[in-house]
Amino acid sequence: MPEDYRISYRKSFMNTVSNMGASLLYKVNFSGFTLILIFYTIIQMRHAFFKRREIIKQMYVSGVKSMMVCGIVALLGGMIFSLQIGLQLKTYGQSDFVPTMIINVMNKELGALLTGIILTAFSGAAMAAEVATMKVSEEIDALEMMSINPVKYLVMPRMAAMLLMMPALTIYTVILGVIGAAVICYFQLGMSMETYFRRVQESIWFKDMYVCMLKSIVFGVIISSISCANGLKASNGALGVGHATRVSVVSSLLMILISGYFITSLFYGGFL
Amino acid sequence: MIELVDVHKSFGDKKILDSVSLKIEKGETFVIIGQSGVGKTTILRHIAGFFDPDRGDVLIEGVKMNGAGTRIRSRLREKMGFLFQSGALINWLNLRENVALPLVEHKLGTKSEIYRIVDEKLKLLQLLDDADKMPSDISGGMKKRAGLARAIVRNPAVILYDEPTSGLDPVMSARINDMITRMQAELGVTSIVVTHDMVSAYNIADRIAMLYNGTIIECGSPDQIRGSSNPIVRQFIEGSLKGPIES
Repeated sequence: MPEDYRISYRKSFMNTVSNMGASLLYKVNFSGFTLILIFYTIIQMRHAFFKRREIIKQMYVSGVKSMMVCGIVALLGGMIFSLQIGLQLKTYGQSDFVPTMIINVMNKELGALLTGIILTAFSGAAMAAEVATMKVSEEIDALEMMSINPVKYLVMPRMAAMLLMMPALTIYTVILGVIGAAVICYFQLGMSMETYFRRVQESIWFKDMYVCMLKSIVFGVIISSISCANGLKASNGALGVGHATRVSVVSSLLMILISGYFITSLFYGGFL
Repeated sequence: MIELVDVHKSFGDKKILDSVSLKIEKGETFVIIGQSGVGKTTILRHIAGFFDPDRGDVLIEGVKMNGAGTRIRSRLREKMGFLFQSGALINWLNLRENVALPLVEHKLGTKSEIYRIVDEKLKLLQLLDDADKMPSDISGGMKKRAGLARAIVRNPAVILYDEPTSGLDPVMSARINDMITRMQAELGVTSIVVTHDMVSAYNIADRIAMLYNGTIIECGSPDQIRGSSNPIVRQFIEGSLKGPIES
C-alpha cells in the first residue's frame, strides 16, 4: 500500500475517533446541564404560586390539548390488546382472565408509557421548539438582560404543568384503555359488562397504582427537562430549532423507556 | 463609566476581538462601526455579560463583569437596557405586557403604577395605539420601538443598541436616532450603539470607533472620523469598492 494512502487512512481513522470523542463529551456535558436544570427548576418551584397563571396555561397547552390524542390511543390500545389476548385465551377457555390482564398491563406499564410517548411527541416537541425559537431569536438573552431568570420564567411553569398533568393524563389513559378493552370483551368475547368491571375492580392493586403514578411523575420530569434543556442549548437559527426538537423527542423517548424499565425492576424485581 | 481593557475573544479558531480597549464616559453616545461579522455585537455582548473575554476585563462602573457571579451580573444588568436587533419581544405577550415584563417580574409597583409607566414609555415611542397588538401583528420597526420601550422602562443608566436602524425606512431611522439623542440629553443616559448606518452614526455619536480585524483602528469625534486619513476608515465610510477592505 502506498505511503500516501496509509497516511490518509490513519488520518480518517483519527478523525472518526476524534468525532466520536467530541460527540461523547457533548452528550456527557448535556446530561450534566439537564441534571443541573432539573435541580434549579425544583428550587424555582417555590415561585409556583406567583407563576400560577403561566402554570395553568401550560397545563392547558400540554395536558388538556393532548387529551383527545391520549383518549384515542388509549381506547384503541385497550381494544387491540384485549382482542389479541382475548382471542388467544378464548381458544383455551381462559377469556375470563382478560380483564385482570388488561388492568394489570395498563396500570403497571402501558398507562404511563403510552401517555409519556404521546406527551413527548405532542408537548415535549412543542416545548423544545418554543424554547429553541426563543433562544435563537434572542428572547432568552432579553430575559437575562431584564434580570429575569429563564429557568423561573420558562422552565419551571412547564415542568410544574407537566408534573400535574402527566399523572392526571395517565389515570385518564388507564381508564380509557380499560373501557376500550371492555367493548371488545362485551362484543367479541361475550363477557358481560358487570363481570368485566367486577374482575377489573378485583385486580386493582394499590402498589400498581402508586408505581404507575411514580412513573408518570418521572416521565413528566424527563419530558419537560430534556425538551427545555435542548431548547436552551439551541443555536444556528431555524436549523438549530429543528435539531433541538428532533433530539429532544428521541432523547425523551429513550429516557422514558430506560427509566420505565428501572422503576419496574425496582418495584417488581427483575434483571437489575 | 464602561471600560474594556485589552479584551481578547475567539470562537474556535476564529479570532474575533484582539486586544480591544475602550473607555466610554458617563452620558456619552458611543458608536461602534465596522463590517458585518467583525465583532461589533460581540463587544456589546461582553458589556452585557453574555460573553466573558478569553483575556482582558470588562468593567462597569469599576465592577468587573467578566467572571462575576449571577447575582452581580444581574445587579449590573439592572443598570442597563439592551435593544436587540430583532426587538426580541416575547411572542405570547402583547406590546404592553412585553414592556411591562421587567416591572411585573420584579414586582416594581402596583399593577396601576406599572401600567402608567408602561403607557408613558409607549406614548414616548408612539406605540400607545398599538399597545394591545401581538408581536406577530406588527412591523419590524414597531418591534424595534417596542424593544426600545422595554429597554428604557426601568430608566437604565446605560442602553446598548444592536443595529437600531437596520431594516427601517429613513423616517423611522430618524425617529429612532432622535430618541437616542433625546434620551442622552434629557436623562443623561450612556448609549453604546453598534451600526453600519453612517448617517445615523454621524447624527447621534459623541465618539465613533471603527472595528477592523478584531481591533479598534480609529476612535474619535464624528468630524475626526469624517476627516480620517486611514484608508480602511475612508473606504468604509465612503462605501467604496476600492481599498484595503476585503469583501
